[in-house]
Order: sequence, then C-alpha cells, then structure tokens
Amino acid sequence: MFGNLTIDSIPWNEPIPLAAFGVIILIVLAVLATITFTKRWGWLWTNWLTTTDHKKIGIIYIIVAIIMLIRGFADAIMMRTQLALASTGDQVGYLPPEHYDQIFSAHGVIMIFFMATPFIIGLMNIVVPLQVGKRDVAFPTLNAVSIWLTVAGAILINLSLGIGEFARTGWVAYAPLSEKLYSPSVGVDYYIWSLQVSGLGTTFAAINMFVTILRGRARGMKLFDMPLFTWSTLCTSVLIMAVFPILTATMILLALDRYLGFEIFTNTLGGGNQMMYVNLIWAWGHPEVYILILPAFGIYSEIVSTFSRKYLFGYKALVWAIIAILFMSLTVWLHHFFTMGAGVNVNAFFGITTMFIAIPTGVKVFNWLFTIYGGRVKMDVPMLWAIGFLILFVLGGMTGVMLAIPGVNYSVHNTEFVVAHFHNTIIPGVVFGVLAGYNFWFPKVFGFRLHKGWGYTTFWLWFIGFIVAFAPLYLAGFDGMPRRISQNVDLRYGPYLVVAWVGAVLIFFGIVAIIVQLFVSIAQRHKLQDVTGDPWDGRTLEWSIASPPPSYNFAVIPAVDEPDLFWKQKQEGTAYPENKQYQDIYMPKNTALGFVAGGVLAGLLSFTLVWSIWWLAIIFFGVAILLWIIDSFKDHEEICIPKEEVEKTDLAFLEKVKQFNMPQGGRE
Amino acid sequence: MSTTLSSPNLELLQEQENADNKVFGFWIYLMTDAIIFGTFFAVFVVLLKNTTHGHTPQSLFDLSNAFIETVALLTSSLTCGFAMLTLKQGRIKQTILLLILTFILGGIFLALEIKEFLSFIEIGATPQSSGFLSGFFSLVGLHGVHLSIGMIWMIVMMLQLATKGATLAVTTRLKLFSLFWHFLDIIWICIFSVVYLMGVSL
Repeated sequence: MFGNLTIDSIPWNEPIPLAAFGVIILIVLAVLATITFTKRWGWLWTNWLTTTDHKKIGIIYIIVAIIMLIRGFADAIMMRTQLALASTGDQVGYLPPEHYDQIFSAHGVIMIFFMATPFIIGLMNIVVPLQVGKRDVAFPTLNAVSIWLTVAGAILINLSLGIGEFARTGWVAYAPLSEKLYSPSVGVDYYIWSLQVSGLGTTFAAINMFVTILRGRARGMKLFDMPLFTWSTLCTSVLIMAVFPILTATMILLALDRYLGFEIFTNTLGGGNQMMYVNLIWAWGHPEVYILILPAFGIYSEIVSTFSRKYLFGYKALVWAIIAILFMSLTVWLHHFFTMGAGVNVNAFFGITTMFIAIPTGVKVFNWLFTIYGGRVKMDVPMLWAIGFLILFVLGGMTGVMLAIPGVNYSVHNTEFVVAHFHNTIIPGVVFGVLAGYNFWFPKVFGFRLHKGWGYTTFWLWFIGFIVAFAPLYLAGFDGMPRRISQNVDLRYGPYLVVAWVGAVLIFFGIVAIIVQLFVSIAQRHKLQDVTGDPWDGRTLEWSIASPPPSYNFAVIPAVDEPDLFWKQKQEGTAYPENKQYQDIYMPKNTALGFVAGGVLAGLLSFTLVWSIWWLAIIFFGVAILLWIIDSFKDHEEICIPKEEVEKTDLAFLEKVKQFNMPQGGRE
Repeated sequence: MSTTLSSPNLELLQEQENADNKVFGFWIYLMTDAIIFGTFFAVFVVLLKNTTHGHTPQSLFDLSNAFIETVALLTSSLTCGFAMLTLKQGRIKQTILLLILTFILGGIFLALEIKEFLSFIEIGATPQSSGFLSGFFSLVGLHGVHLSIGMIWMIVMMLQLATKGATLAVTTRLKLFSLFWHFLDIIWICIFSVVYLMGVSL
C-alpha cells in the first residue's frame, strides 16, 4: 500500500538523526501553532503563499536559504567534531561511518542547492527588476511556481533525516556507487528527487530572469547600460539554461537505472557506462560553481563602486570578463577527474582551459582593485565583505590554478587540499557575496538598515573563522590526508583537525551573529529607518525609489542611458524629478497555482516517488496537471492601481526626500 | 475590473507584450528541452555498441515502421501549421478540424511507437537487457512522453477554442503549442537519422 515506506523506515535506533528530526518537527509545530493562535493564516495566504510580487518571492527564497544555511552548517560542525575526535584519543568519535557519509553528502547538496542557489536567486528576484526599471519579472506566476518548487525540494531533503536516510554517495552521487546494487536504500532517491524538483525551479527562474532582462528593460537602457549585477544575472541565467537540463537528464537516467533496472550507468555486464555519469554530472557541476560565483561577482561590483563613490573601473572589461567566463566554464569539467585515466592529451587540454579561466577572473580582481584605488572609500558592512572577499578569494583562485596542473592534481586529489580549495572559493566568494548583498539590499526591501556593529561582528567571525577552519586543511591536504574519511584518522592530523574545529566554532558564532543582527535591527528599526530610499548614496535605479518600494516599484518608469544613471542625476541635480505623467498601473493578481501545484503537489509527488508509492504518485501528478489545465481556462485578470493613488504615493515619497534635504551627489 | 477612459490601450499593450514574452520565454524553454534531448542523444550514441552479444540495431529496427511514423509526424506538423494559418484568418472551426487531424496523426505515430516497443519487449529486447537498448528506450521514450503531453495539450486547446474562441490568451497558447509540436518534429528527424538510419548502417 505505501510502497517501501514502513514504520521501520524511521531510524528508531539512531539517536542523532532522530533527535535532530524531532527538534525540526517541534520547531515546525511551534511555527504552525503561532500562526494559528495569532490568526495569521489568511494573512499568510494572501500576502506570502499566493504572492506574485517579485520582492516577496525573493524574500521567501532568502528565508529558505538562511534556514538551510543553519541546517547545512549543523552538518559541517558535526563532521568537524567527528574528525577532531577521530584524529585524537580513541579515534572512533561519535558518528558511525554510514551516518558520517550521509552527513557529508547532505552538507554538500544542501549548501549548494538549498543555501547558495536560493540565496542568489532570491537576490536576483529582488534586485533585477528594480535595476532594469520593471514592475515585476516577465512571468510572475512562473516565478511563484519556481519558489515553491525550491521549497518542496528543501523540505524533501530534510525529510530524509527522519524518514529513511540520505545518500551516502557524496554530493555528486557518482555511479555505480549510486546505483541500486551499491545503494539499495532510498537515500539516493531522496537525492534524485530533491534535485529534480528544485532544479526545475532553478531552470524556470533562469528563464524568467533571462526574458525579464532581455525584454523588460526601461526605455533607452541598452545592454551596456545595465548595472553589473544585472549583467551577471543575465550570464548566470544563460549558464543555468545551458547546464541544468544536463542535470535533469542525468537524474532521469539515474532514476531509470534505479527504478526500472536500465543499464545506463551500471558497471555490470549489461553494458552501462559509469564514466558517462562522471562526465555528465561534471558537465553540469563545474558550470554550476560559476552559476554561484558570477552573481556574487555582480554583487561585489555594485558594492565596490558604490562605496568607493566612483564609476566602476573598466565596466566593459568586467562585462566581457563575465561573458568570457560564461563560455569558458563549459570547457573545463574534466579537471574534476584528471586521475580517472582520460590520458595525457585530454588532461593537458583541460588543464590548460582551466588555467585560462583564471585570466578573466584576474581581470575582474584588478577591476575591483582599481575601482577602490583613488576612490573616496566609505567603509560599511557590505564593503568590508567585499574587501574580505578580495583577500581570501584570490588565494582560493590560486590553489585552483595549482589543482589545474594535472601533475599536481595527481598528488593532492581526493585530499583535504581539495576540500580547502573549493571552500576557499565558495565561502569567501559566494557566501561573503550573498551576505554582502543581504546587508546592501536589506534596507531597500524592508525600509531599515541592518545593525552596523553586529554586521562587523558577523564579518570578523566569518573572516577569521574561515581562515582558522580551512588553512589547516590545506596543510593536512599537503600532508596527504584523504577527504571523506571519518574513523581512525592518522594521529598526526590531529592538531590540524582540532584547529579546524575551532574555526568551525567561530563560524558557528558568525551564523549566530547573523541572526542576532537581524533581531537587533528589527528591534531598532525606527532608529535604523531608511527614509529616502537611498541609504548608501547609491548609483543605480533601485535606489531612486522608496524603501520598501510600492508593489509596482516605479510610479513612472524612467528613461535610462547609462549604468550609473541615478548617481549622475544626483550630481546634475536632476534626481527625483517632479511633474511626472502618472498612469494607471496593472499588476498581476495573486495565484494559488504556484503554491498548490508547484509546492504541495510536487512535494508530495516527489515524496511518493522516493518511496515508490506509485498509486499516490499517479494521483498527485494527475491532480497537479488537472489544476494547471483548470487554471488555464480562467480569464487572465489584473489589478488596476488607479493613477490618483500612484500619484499620491509618489508625491508623499518625494516630499519625504525633500524634508530630509539630501545634498545631491556624492554627499559626505 | 475598473478601467479609466485615459488608458484602455495601456492594458491592451501590456497584454500584447506579455503574450510576446510568453512566446519568447517558451522558445527559450524549448532550447533547454533540446539540451535534455541532446544529453539523451549523447548517451544513446555512447551506448550504441554496448549490445552485450544480444540484440543489435540491425536485427531489431524495422525501417518501414519508422518511415511510416516519420510520415505521420511530419504530416501532423503540416496540419498543425495549417491550423495556425486558419487561426490567423479567424476561421476557428477549420482550426479545430485541423487540430483534430493533427491529433489523429499524432495518435497514429504514438500507436506505431508503442507497437514497436511492445514487439521489442516480446522478443526479449527489453531496456534492461543491454546498454544499447536502455539508451534506445530512454531516448525514443522521452520523445514519446513529450508527444503524449502534446496530445493532452491539443485536447485542452480544442476545448478552449470551442468554449472561449480566439482570445489573445488562447491564440498565444496555440502559438506555444505549435512551437512545441514543430520542435518535437525536429527532434524526431534527429531520432530517425541518428537512431534508426545510423543504427542499421553500423
């Protein structure tokens, strides 16, 4: 009746996941109870669950990302603790190997798919329509579908904690280890379906951003008038559209192998080809890391330029560097498996392409440095993250070039050196980037700034924590310590691993500081209020409107002829123009389709697929399709916001700006 | 919904723009779908020779069956194109008729494909029996699944045309559908060349 799902699927005899799952259930119940007692269900439904407002959807993305950051970090500190224990004293630790394997797999999958990706897509959702002067993304309903697909995937992967287990295969689930023969439990199925569901959401989000940017820009805005973050979003969207289908296809094929006994990636006598899996997964997987880092580059560009109060040095060079990376990132995937016997010439080819990709990245670093050089730098939290990034990311990039040399790769592959390298690019690159962006755009979204002191505290805890946690891993890696081991670690790695544990604890306090900063800021929101909508003396369009912006963003869509338009207007004294021609504004209505079909039904469908409950899967799938069809019969309706209301809101905002009496352009 | 006198055109313009965006966005979606197919093609080609001393493409493929399938599908694309032309001229009845014709031709194609699959399975050439057959069934099956979705879509569109007429929303959706249908046609041409023609000539 319920497929493979039985009462014994819950890991009763494993206290750690059981307790963790219990805590999660309690938190969820507490949240649900709070909503019920404060009678907020109606509010939640109309304002959040059915919303098509790109800013609110962006906020949901970021909430998901922060929750998943905590979940992913819990995995990380468990691993660090285990390794510190296993390399000192009794060498056993507290985590059995089969559990440890699930944790490192879940850590990778959660951090990449459910922390970094949603954080970045959330920022894109909030910022890009504002930067290109648009009222919403091109497809608001599809946007709602995307976010709820992502949420469904995130919930599914967390269910694996208490119902069944997660994959023990690492975050890319190499075949044949991920085949039924070697991974008979549902772990890999959780992996497949949570990736499939959230990957679909990511692909839709990319299509949405791509069309929004290409067809929705304000009057006069040419491609080379776009702010850098919009540029990086455009390139990232292209990259997502180019490689996420490969992941989707690979996961379909792996599922066919596992569910129907196909012989595609197997290594039995059936004629499958497991090297094909490794190629396909990295043909997606390497561009994926650029999907994460390119938007972060965009964020740094905005911040460096804003806080140096200077035009970005070499805007065009930076744009071309992003475009170059977009294409080059498709040509380097084989460096993930130099040691798998591709041969000297192939390795040499991919080694060289990998080293080449460091060139446009280096160009960018110089762009940022020269922007700061000679600028009137105003230190604030976002800028501090950007400077921290510049220092640490360069190191991560250089160890990447080392790994690109096949000869070096042979000696350090599969060691902690690799672990240190990719964390060195992803944490100071992506995580610092999204946290910088979070501090930078928070006032735009909520109308008050985040607390500066706690922002600095967060930064220093992360910055120092990162160095303490990962510098020892470089050393351990040089010393030959293999990655993905959990027991009987050689005692000579003990000191490194204990220091790394201390670093992880510092990062733990860094995460606590993020939460504290949020609550302190909410408590002091009146003091930190952003009256003018321009808290940083910004340069691009999003700062020219109120914080938080009205649902339609722009009362009148401005004409744009250069990237730093608002900055130029402020200097020329033409910012905040009055006597606009107001018009009625039509905005899309709320829709339940995204939440019901994209979230609830897709989530239930994927859960039933994990447990092979076929009859339920068919029902959920059928109902989702049916809802979609019924929805298509409804007439498309829009809400009209009359021009009188638009005018009133806009004049009130302009009045506030005047009262604040802001000196225009480059205020000190 | 309230519309003031000054701006009825504004809403219309916005709707037209949204419709154009949908066509563009759907085309982009089709490109991502093309990459999924591309991956399946690559997998098929890699696995083509892994027949594990069992059934080979030469011993299995019946080119005349594949040829009839091709003719049915290409003709259905033609009728689909005619349906779009009549829609443009506002002759909705003809549009529905042509869509029915498209549906029948698509049905013939699907029936022949299922018959081929069953005949393979009957003689033991199951997808589980070799890498080659896994690749074959997943690639051709993926196309078949797409086609089935297209058939359901066609039914929905015929119903919408009959009940709502050629509104902007319905016309846009039909445009998307015809893009989808022609796209599947192109994919099939690739399947016919790479799977069947290349398969038997090995």
